[in-house]
Order: sequence, then structure tokens, then C-alpha cells
Amino acid sequence: MLHSRSMKGLAVPLISIAAGFIIGAVLMLIFGYDPIQNYQNLLIGSLGDVYSIGETLRNMTPLILTALGFAVSSKAGFFNIGGPGQYLMGWFGSIVFALSFSNLPTWFLIVGSLMCGAFFGGIWSFIAGFLRAYFGTSEVITTIMLNYIALYFVNFAVKNWLASKGSDSSPNIAKRASLNTEFLQKLTNNSTFNWGFFIALIMVVVIWIYFNKTRSGFEVRSVGLNEAASLYAGINVKRTIVVAMLVSGLLAGVGGAIDGLGNFQNISVSNNLPSVGFNGMAVALLAAENPIGIIFAALLFSALQIGGLSISVYSNTPSEIVDIVIASIIFFVGIKYIFKVALARNWGKRRRKTTNGGADK
Amino acid sequence: MSLSTILMTVFSTTLIYAAPLIFTALGGTFSERSGVVNVGLEGMMIVGAFSSTVFNLSFGNVFGAGTPWLSLLVGGIFGLLFSLLHAVATVTYRADHIISGTVLNLMAPALCVFLTRIFYNGKGQTPVIDQSMGNFTFPGLTNIPLLGKILFTRTSLIAYLAILVGGASWFFLYRTNIGLRLRSVGENPTAADTLGINVAKYRYMGVLISGALGGIGGAVMAQSITLNFSASTISGQGFMALAAMIFGKWNPMGATGAAVFFGLAQSLPIIGGYIPILSHVDSVWFQIAPYAITIVVLVVFLGKAVAPAADGQNYIKGK
Repeated sequence: MLHSRSMKGLAVPLISIAAGFIIGAVLMLIFGYDPIQNYQNLLIGSLGDVYSIGETLRNMTPLILTALGFAVSSKAGFFNIGGPGQYLMGWFGSIVFALSFSNLPTWFLIVGSLMCGAFFGGIWSFIAGFLRAYFGTSEVITTIMLNYIALYFVNFAVKNWLASKGSDSSPNIAKRASLNTEFLQKLTNNSTFNWGFFIALIMVVVIWIYFNKTRSGFEVRSVGLNEAASLYAGINVKRTIVVAMLVSGLLAGVGGAIDGLGNFQNISVSNNLPSVGFNGMAVALLAAENPIGIIFAALLFSALQIGGLSISVYSNTPSEIVDIVIASIIFFVGIKYIFKVALARNWGKRRRKTTNGGADK
Repeated sequence: MSLSTILMTVFSTTLIYAAPLIFTALGGTFSERSGVVNVGLEGMMIVGAFSSTVFNLSFGNVFGAGTPWLSLLVGGIFGLLFSLLHAVATVTYRADHIISGTVLNLMAPALCVFLTRIFYNGKGQTPVIDQSMGNFTFPGLTNIPLLGKILFTRTSLIAYLAILVGGASWFFLYRTNIGLRLRSVGENPTAADTLGINVAKYRYMGVLISGALGGIGGAVMAQSITLNFSASTISGQGFMALAAMIFGKWNPMGATGAAVFFGLAQSLPIIGGYIPILSHVDSVWFQIAPYAITIVVLVVFLGKAVAPAADGQNYIKGK
């Protein structure tokens, strides 16, 4: 019973998480930091009170969406490194809409801003998908290039079109366009938790249904498994590639829009691509690209990031230790073959023992 | 500014920015030719940049002007050690290559900034190195009329070396037995295994060479461009190198050429300011142009890039 399939499925991530924390602890011991105290601070800092929980949930929201985006393109067999650019375009699109149409009724304003963000993110991945489908251009290169184009374009646009002279940030959006309402602030002791979290959860369900219950989702998975067979089965492969990449960018775009409307309330010039785009990739890989798994992977990732902040506040341990823990966890998930061998060997041994015992009697 | 001075500036800036990309793109080529997808180039560069900078800061007063060159070696060694993680995970433990590569990209900045804080009093960046890689004038060659000034005066020696390494890599992969075997395990590991070629050995070789070259690439970045190490020393160059490798169709000469092209592209925003006609064009267009041009060139001239046939597939004996 213990070795039923679902238990085994959970065993690998749980062992990996434990192993990741052990690596972090060993490293801290080597350099003379107190692992127990630090992990305690980490836990309190990420889940200790309503405020930290609010921060953790807010931080995981864009991670869920960029991870979903990566998962969709990956299921279709494509490596979309364009998450950062698509997220950034989504963020930019939502702020542009919210600033330009600030006198629309509240609901139209919010929905419009979100859709505009999704649209901008979608355009960015659509370009890569279209070129891949009709010209065979490597989506790895185009998404990398589009990341930088997004970065420089958004910096230029913020500086020249949105910000007042000499400033590096756009003005703040109207208060009623924000996803961070007074009700939620009261509930979570003024954290940045916002309604975007629930939008992300809805998107998870939508994508789960899309993959498992719709024709288009089936086609995406089918093309990912075998392009030639899909073509023979009558699937329009080119269209499917474009759709998969488009959906992928729409999701990352919504992630950026939610961060724009819920967390930042404006957009600023930045030197580097937003790391949440790359982290979404890691979350998706940690969850083996399963939409429901992405929620838990994002929660873990986000709790470590938020808790990591308080590690460096309450001790002189570098907060990068949590990133090492995260990387180790994903490493162990990656080499799950080693656990499978170990588990199978253990199980085999036990079985042999029982049969031997039976024979002796 | 005279035309020849402008050309000299264009040429030398191009080479300075191309050098790290050439080494790293060549590294990627070795790994992927052996059948191991390498999205972890960025991480390998970070480790190379960090270790070379620490070495340079610690031994700069011992080795003097030779320090940056020794630092490159140190960067290569640590890059190689770090890539062992990727090799063990993918070749021995059958990990998904993308997952393992992503782990490298997450682990490298975490570990290196962690160690930077420990070594340098809690600061997230190292001090600036004293012994950096300056520009180089080829004695003799510089006297060639016109070309001597453009190509060989105050230029980047390491970039010329990088191009030589590119040629050597091509010779190694396409004209030697070991190179042929390395490519064969990336195209058809089952057939190679049948012929008695040790698939795991050649894949380890591919990944470790890639780690060494990626480490050197990162070290060149730190020793000649940023001159210190921080979280932002390597910001996307590994991914650019990955793009250069694909752009060059997994061929060392192609990858070198593509890396030089990206170097030219990256130097555009810097050069734009010097050229009178272009100086009043907004710099954003120079920043965007290289990336946009890459996409256009790729679509119009190159078409479909075909990776080695078994790239990214784990080889499981007897299956």
C-alpha cells in the first residue's frame, strides 16, 4: 500500500525538498552560521503571521503564471525562454492601459488593463511562435532576442512617454485600478497581497481543463509528443505551434499585468530582465509541468524567497543561502532516477527477505 | 574623428564584446555535439567570472601583469568542476537536460554571491581588480598601411585567441578521431555504442570541455569588461552564447562567426555616439537593432536550424 503510485509520486519531491534543506544546513555549518535559527527565521518570515503569508502569496502569483506559460509551450515541445520579456510587456501593457483610460468605470478599467497586459505578452510570444511555425526559426534564439528588445523598448517607452522629465518611473495608476484593495490590506495587515492571487488560481484550473478536456489542449500535447504523427493524424501542426506559444505569452503577460496593477502600481526603468520570468521556468520544472503541481512549487519557491529576506535581517547569514536551497531541491528533482533506483532496491530487498523467511520455515 | 580611427574603435569594441561569447558558444557546441543540451552556459560563465576575479584579487601582487591570463585558466578549471554537476546529472543519473541546465543557472549566482559576501565582508560585489586585461598592439603588424591601424592597433588579444580556439575546435571536431566519436554519440548513441564507443565517456568529455570554455568565457568578461564580480557581471551573455551556437548551426566556425556578429551588435550603442550622422539618433534604436537584426537574419537567410539528432536524449543502454 505504501508503495502505491501516488505515494511514490510524492516521495521524490518530498525527499528532494528535505535533501535541499540539508545541503543548505551543511553549507551554513561549514561557514559558521546557525542553520536551525536561520530556518526558524525563514519559516516565521514566510508563513509566521498574516502579513508574511500575504507577502508569500503575492510573491507566488506571478510565479504561477510565468510557470504555467513555460509549461504550455514546453508541453508542445518548445523551449520558451521568453518569459521575462513577455512578463515585462504584460506589466507595461497593463500600466499603459490603466494610465490612458483612467476615467473608465472601475470594472472596465481593471479588466481592460489585465487584458491589455495579456495581449502585449501574447504578441511577444506570438512573434516567436509564428516564426517557428512558418520559417522554422529556433524559438530559443527568437525568445532570447525578444527579451532584450522588450527590456530596451520598455525602458525607452517609460522614460520618454510615461515618466515626467528626469524621472525613471511612470506615475502611479489610479487607486481604483489597483488589485490591492483596502479589504485585503486590512485582512493581511497591510501586506501587498491582492486579488491577482485568485486570478492566478483560476488560470491554473483553466489550463488544467485546457490540457485535459479540450481539443486544442490535446493537440498541443500531441504535437509535443510527436510532430510527424500529429501531422498524419490530421492536426494542423503549424497552427498548434502558434497557439501554444501564444497561450504561453498570454499567461506570462497576465503575470506581469497582475504585478503591475497589484504590487508595483507603476513601471520603472530597469537594468536587467525581471528574474520572475526565469524563476517561473524553475517552478514549472520543479512541478514537472503539472498545473496543480505548479501551485505548490510556486508556494515553496515564494516562501523561500520571502523567508530569505528575514534570514539576512535577523542574522549576518547571506540570504543567497535560500537560492542555494532552491537550486539543490530542483537538482534532486532532476536526478529522481537515483531515488527510483534506491526505492526499487529497498523494496526488492524487503520482498526477497520475506520470501526467504517463508522458505526457511 | 577620422574614418580609420572610427573603424579601429568599431573593430576593437566588437572584439572585446565578442571574446566571452566566442569561448562560451564554443563550449555549448562541444556539449550539444556530444548530445547534452546545455542551457547552463550562463551558470558556467558566472562561476568562471567569480573564481577568476577572486584569484586575480588574491594573487594580483604575486603574478603582476600575467595575473589576468592565469585568472582565465582558474576560471576554466572552476567552470569545468562546476559543469561536472551537469554531466553527472544528465549522463549518469538521466536527468532532463533542461532541468539540470536551469539548476546550474540558479546555483551559480546563488553560490558565487554567497561566497562573495563571506570573502568580502558581507558585500555583494568584489573590489575592482588591479591587474586587468588591457588592449594590445601587435608589434610589426601595426605598420601595415590602413589595415594595421584598424585590425592590429589597440585591440583585444584574447579575442584573436578566441577565434584561434574556434578554428582549433573545428579541426578537433571534424578532423580527428576523438572529435568524430564525440559527434557520433550526439547523433546516434546506439550505433556508436555498438561500435564500441563509450557513450558516457564522450558525453562527459563534451560537457566538461563546455564547462572549461564557459568558465573561460565568464573569466574574460570579468577580466576585460566588468573588472569585478557581482550578481550582474554576467547578465544574459550565457544565453546570447547559446543563441550564437544555434545561429552557427552547432558548428564551431559558425558559432565563432555568430559570436563576432553579436559582439559587433553589442558595440553598436557605444559606437553610435561617435559617428556624426548617427549621434542624434536615439540610442534605443542601437540597443534594439542587434537583437532585431539577428531575428531578421535568421528568418531570411538561415531557416531551420537542425540540432544534432540525439541532442537532449539520455542514452539508456539496452533500450
